[in-house]
Amino acid sequence: MDREQMDSLVELMETSFVITETALYLDTHPNDERALQLHNTYSQRYSELKSIYQAKYGPLKNTEMSRYPWGYIDGPWPWEINFTNF
Amino acid sequence: MWIYEKKLQYPVRVDTTNPTLAAMIIEQFGGPDGELSAGIRYLTQRWTMPTNQAKAVLTDIGTEELAHWEIIGTLVWRLVKDAPVDKIKGTPFEAHYVNHGKSPFPHNAAGANWTASYIQSKADPVADLHEDMAAEEKARSTYEYLIRVSDDPGVTDALRFLRQREIVHFQRFGEALRIVQEDMDCRKYY
Repeated sequence: MDREQMDSLVELMETSFVITETALYLDTHPNDERALQLHNTYSQRYSELKSIYQAKYGPLKNTEMSRYPWGYIDGPWPWEINFTNF
Repeated sequence: MWIYEKKLQYPVRVDTTNPTLAAMIIEQFGGPDGELSAGIRYLTQRWTMPTNQAKAVLTDIGTEELAHWEIIGTLVWRLVKDAPVDKIKGTPFEAHYVNHGKSPFPHNAAGANWTASYIQSKADPVADLHEDMAAEEKARSTYEYLIRVSDDPGVTDALRFLRQREIVHFQRFGEALRIVQEDMDCRKYY
């Protein structure tokens, strides 16, 4: 995995972590409107980043579209990447 | 249902080949307070939870624990994958190696296989959520011991992330417990 892809992937992972955390907080604070706004902002950002990443590097989930041939199987798989950029 | 997303929750960097450290970290792969126990415990307790907040918290934390289990497996694998057999011999990983090779396996650091007796599900939301809060504290404590024995900076970084998650989960379970208790009080004085 080249540096450019690793940087994009880390940015995607960071954004995904933000929404994991806001979602968990919202589970017990469903009426916190400011937290919900934060969640929605990052949720939209995540789907944008994911579209760009997947168009370039292939599907992250087997429910996504792929170019020919089926790119979901392409390595490296998550446990094979050494995140030296972090 | 679950859908796999092809990424780790946290970017794992491992700097050394270190079978001894791998053998210790496996505590969190298949030990009583490990990530597998946590995931199965929370996901199992969902059916009898009375409030939507608690159902959501158990679902989301249970799911996150499976992502942590993947991180732990990755740490173990990367610590041993390049180790020649003579670097495994004489380390605490040797006993694991003769059964499982270099594959992670859900047992604790002392080699006891994972068992469902590590978890509880009582159909009693107050008892279950107290168990979950205790589980998060015990996992935090285990991560602190692991951080003390880790001599790999990349591994330590990932362990610190996982320790912080235990603290956040403890907080969310505490809130879910308060909500459940308020809900029960409401019903009592209806």
